Amino acid sequence: MSRSRLLPLTGILVAVAAWQLGVSLHPSSLIPGPIAVARGIGELAARGLLVKYVVASLFRVTWGYLTALIVAVPLGLALGMRRRAEAAINPVLQVLRPISPLAWIPIAILWFGVGDLSAIFLIFLASLLPLTVATMNAVHNIDPVHLAAARNFGIPLRARITRVLVPAILPQLIVAMRIALGVAWLVVVAAEMIAVNSGLGFLIVDARNAGNRYDLVIAGMVLIGAIGIVLDLLMRRIERLDSVRWGYAAE
Amino acid sequence: MKVQFSDISMRFGAMDVLQDVSIGVEEGEFLCIVGPSGCGKSTLLNIAGGFLSPVKGTVTIDGDPVTGPDRRRIFVFQERGVFPWLTVEGNIGFGLFDLPDEERQRRVAQYVHLVGLEGFEKAYPRELSGGMKQRVEVARALAVNPDVLFLDEPFGALDSITRLQMRSELLRIWRAARKTVLFVTHDIEESVQLADRVVVMSARPGRIRRVVEIDIAHPRDLSSRRYIELRDLIFGEIGLAHQV
Repeated sequence: MSRSRLLPLTGILVAVAAWQLGVSLHPSSLIPGPIAVARGIGELAARGLLVKYVVASLFRVTWGYLTALIVAVPLGLALGMRRRAEAAINPVLQVLRPISPLAWIPIAILWFGVGDLSAIFLIFLASLLPLTVATMNAVHNIDPVHLAAARNFGIPLRARITRVLVPAILPQLIVAMRIALGVAWLVVVAAEMIAVNSGLGFLIVDARNAGNRYDLVIAGMVLIGAIGIVLDLLMRRIERLDSVRWGYAAE
Repeated sequence: MKVQFSDISMRFGAMDVLQDVSIGVEEGEFLCIVGPSGCGKSTLLNIAGGFLSPVKGTVTIDGDPVTGPDRRRIFVFQERGVFPWLTVEGNIGFGLFDLPDEERQRRVAQYVHLVGLEGFEKAYPRELSGGMKQRVEVARALAVNPDVLFLDEPFGALDSITRLQMRSELLRIWRAARKTVLFVTHDIEESVQLADRVVVMSARPGRIRRVVEIDIAHPRDLSSRRYIELRDLIFGEIGLAHQV
């Protein structure tokens, strides 16, 4: 194995070992050790809850995030291209931005009740603002020379969007997409603690409420962390596509 | 006249950049515009390209006033005008969006060949040298078969050896395609090597000080007496004694 893989793996192993050591030195610390947590994950798998909860959480993130992406990119492009629209709408975005998506939980439940739709709505909100603002800023950062060249060749508006604007903002957009997906994953867990009856967030709350099963609480946390990393790695792969690599610092 | 500048004046805020510039460019002519930096030579080219409107005066091309950019006359920026998200092929074919696929591929191949980039069709700009990127941009401009090319210090960012090579390549292409070329540079040697006529501009606000005809046949001998005479004439006109 190459050193670039070995070192991170060693780091994780050391952390797990320290956790085990800590738990065995202080049995009164109330939290279960890694072995108990691993057994907890096994138990979830055996009861069929592991796959069910992971799928439920991913399902909500997928819908909320993709809907946000579909709305945010055209909106951000339009705002970036039309300074007057931006002047009117940007203040609204900026006021909404510091409001945690979690503050919307009561309203989400009011509108959509307890269920998937509420959670999806919260994830949509959490992803929408950063993606819109990032798209808008990316349009501002397009090299004016590229816009001038596109104008010079007289290509129609539609082609100008698909062949110049979108590819020009893509490197910045992908970074924003990666960050937004991270936020969406944070929010789904919180939303599931309150607004639904399944998913990894629900697992954590439910395991505590139904008998203080802290092994399952931590099992939920470990799963959240592991899936979050996988999502992030998948997004990083997109950054290596040939048509966007120009936008990142030279390798 | 192919391109006619009449009494062009330009101002940015309170700063006068160009003052009453008038000159005509013949069809097929290679015209260089030189002058100290900030003299408005780039601005003049941007006005002709339709990217800026002058505060006074008009530019006509084939008798029609310029009102905006037009694909019949293409502006070549320094190499950074190449789209980094497209391959060499994609860049050269960029302006050919209205051609059927087959015709477009044929044209792209033709211009890849013209600028000597065979084998790099699938390469991205980040994999190319500055000179190669500049060639991509020239090919992209020529591929739409414009009648006028505007070049704004196109070789300014290249090293001196590549710059020399690119000059002779541009001359070869210009002789083959016979476009009208307006070429802005701050490099006096470059202007004397390339141009039919050199327009020498004054410092800001830019005015035409003198128009020098370069009556030396191509290929030009850079150590000939006439070359040195004309070069020194322009150096003198700009107010630089030719010594370091």
